[in-house]
Amino acid sequence: MAPLLDVCQLTVELPTPSGWVRPVNDVSFQLAPGETLGLVGESGCGKTMLSLALMGLLPPGARRAGEAWLAARNAGGAGRLNVVALGDRELVALRGREIGMVFQEPMTALNPVLRIGVQVEEAIRAHLPHSGRGGSAPGPGEIGRRALQALERAAVPEPQLRARQFPHQLSGGLRQRAMIAMALAADPQILIADEPTTALDVTVQKQILELLARLRRELGLGLLFITHDLGVVAQVADRLAVMYAGRIVEEGPVVEVLRRPRHPYTEGLLRASPQLRRRKLEPIAGVVPRLDALPPGCAFEPRCPYRRAECAAAVPELRLAAPEHRARCILVEPVVEEVTR
Amino acid sequence: MSEATLLEARNLRKSFLTAAGVFAGASRGAPRQAAVDGVNLDLAPGETLAIVGESGSGKTTLARLLLRLIEPDAGEIRFGGRDLLAARGAELRRLRREMQMVFQDPFASLNPRLCVEAMVGEPLEIHEPALSRATRRERVGAILETVGLGADAMPRYPHEFSGGQRQRIGIARALVLRPRLVVADEPVSALDVSVGAQILELLQNLQREFSLTYLLISHSLPVVAQLATRIAVMRAGKFVEVGVAEHVLAQPAHPYTRALLAAVPEVPA
Repeated sequence: MAPLLDVCQLTVELPTPSGWVRPVNDVSFQLAPGETLGLVGESGCGKTMLSLALMGLLPPGARRAGEAWLAARNAGGAGRLNVVALGDRELVALRGREIGMVFQEPMTALNPVLRIGVQVEEAIRAHLPHSGRGGSAPGPGEIGRRALQALERAAVPEPQLRARQFPHQLSGGLRQRAMIAMALAADPQILIADEPTTALDVTVQKQILELLARLRRELGLGLLFITHDLGVVAQVADRLAVMYAGRIVEEGPVVEVLRRPRHPYTEGLLRASPQLRRRKLEPIAGVVPRLDALPPGCAFEPRCPYRRAECAAAVPELRLAAPEHRARCILVEPVVEEVTR
Repeated sequence: MSEATLLEARNLRKSFLTAAGVFAGASRGAPRQAAVDGVNLDLAPGETLAIVGESGSGKTTLARLLLRLIEPDAGEIRFGGRDLLAARGAELRRLRREMQMVFQDPFASLNPRLCVEAMVGEPLEIHEPALSRATRRERVGAILETVGLGADAMPRYPHEFSGGQRQRIGIARALVLRPRLVVADEPVSALDVSVGAQILELLQNLQREFSLTYLLISHSLPVVAQLATRIAVMRAGKFVEVGVAEHVLAQPAHPYTRALLAAVPEVPA
C-alpha cells in the first residue's frame, strides 16, 4: 500500500547562542494506512520536535530541510503534498483535517473554562470545509450531534453528561479520551500521539492504548506513537524507530527490534528498563551529548561499550541487519537486500 | 514493640475536606474524604518496603504522615521505639534527622538560589550547628563523592545540572545526616530510562553502604520490582495486599493487585 506519509531526510535546525543545532537530523521513515510506528527515545532526542515539524508547529526561527510527503485527500492532481514546504494558510487547512495530534498532558491541552462539548464543537467547526459559502453549513444542532458522536467514538461514557462538564470534572483518562475525540473530529488520516499515556495510571493507560488500537483499526489511521516506554511501544506499535541525538539509530518490526536489538543504544535502553521480572539493571554509562557539542562520528560512541577507533571517524549509515531491520552502527554485518523488483 | 522494628504505624487515619467541604467552611459534619484509612505498617531495619498505588490511593499522604510532615487524625507511629506523635522540640528534631526524604521532581525540590555546598550543607547547619565550617565542607564533599558527584560540584547551582545529577544532589542532601530511614517518593519517575537506572543502582549501593531502611513510594510496579523486599498495594487509603515482593509479583492474592500487574506493558522476552 502507498504510504500515507513519506518522510525523506527531514532535518530541523534551531538557532542557539552557540550556533545552529539539529534536533532532527536526516530522518526518513514511512507510515502506511492502519499502521502504527512507535518512535522511542529519551528527552532531547528530537522525537517531539519531529512531530512538531510534521504539524508545521516549529518554534519561530527554525529552519527545515528535506521532505515529508503526505498523501492528502485534497492534494489535487499531484496526489501528495510536501508538508514541510507549505505556508501557514495551507498548514491550517492540514492540521486536524489530515493530521491530528494528541499530547501528553490533557489538562494543559484543554481550555479549563470551556465545557468539553464546546471544545469538541470548536474542533469540528474549525475544520468545516469553507463554512459560510455554499449555504450548506451545518447548524448548531448538527454540530452538537457530531460532537456527541466524536465523544462516543472515543468511548467516553455518558457523552451527553460529559459534554456539559468542565475539564477539571473529568478524570485524567476521560480528559485524554476527550482530546482523542477532538483530534479525530475532522477525520484525519494520521494521528500523532506524543506520550499520550505517560501522565496516566497503568490501568487507565491500558484502556487508552486499547482505544487507540481500536480506532486505528476501524478508521485505518496511520498512527505515529511517541513514547519513552519500551513496554508501551511493544504493545501498540507494528514498527519501531529509535532516536538518539536527532537521528534514527535503529528501525524495524517492533518485536524483532526489542528481541534482537542491533544498535548498542537500543540494547542499552532495554538493559536499563525496569521490568516486572527482577534482574540487575545495567545503566547506560555517561550522558546524552549536547546538540551543540556532538561527537564527530557516531553520537553514541562516547557511551558505547563496543566502540572502536573508527566509530569516531564518521556518522555511520543505516545498515540492513535483517529484513526491514536497520541500524546505524558499523558493527552490523550488512545483509544483502533481496532484489524483489 | 519488638526490637527488630524501626518504624511502626497502627491504625493510621487522615482525612481531608472535600472541595464541597472547603466551600462549606470547616464546620463539623462537612464532607471529608479519607486519604489514609486505617493503615498498619511495620518496617524492619535494612528492608525496602514499597507502597504501590495509583494516583489518589493515599500513598503520598501516608509517607507524609509517617515523617510527621502532617498530623494524623488518629493512630500511632513509633520510630526506633519512640512515640513519634508525642515527641516535641529537641526530641522531635533528633528523631527527624534519622528520617529523610528523596523527592520526585529534582527540578522542583532544589532551591535554585543555593549552590550545592550550601544546599547539601544546610541539614548539617540545622542539626549539627557546632560543626566548624571546614568540617562541614569536608562532610559535604564526602557525601557528594559517595553519590557520584565530584567535590567540584560544590560551588555550582542546580540549573547547571541534568535531571539525574540533580536527583543525586537531592540524595546527598538526604544522606548527609546519616539517617536510618529514607522515604523515596517516586525517585525515578521524572527521569529518563537510562538515568533512572543509574539512580536505582545508586539507591541500592547506598542501602548496602549505610545500612539504610527504605520506604519507596511508587506507582510503577517495574521500578518497585527492582528495589523492594516487601510490597504493600494501596487503594483508596487502605492496604489491600502486603507481602514479600517476589510473592506479590508472582502470585498476587488480591484482584486489584492482579489488575495492576496485568496492566503493566511488558517488553517481549
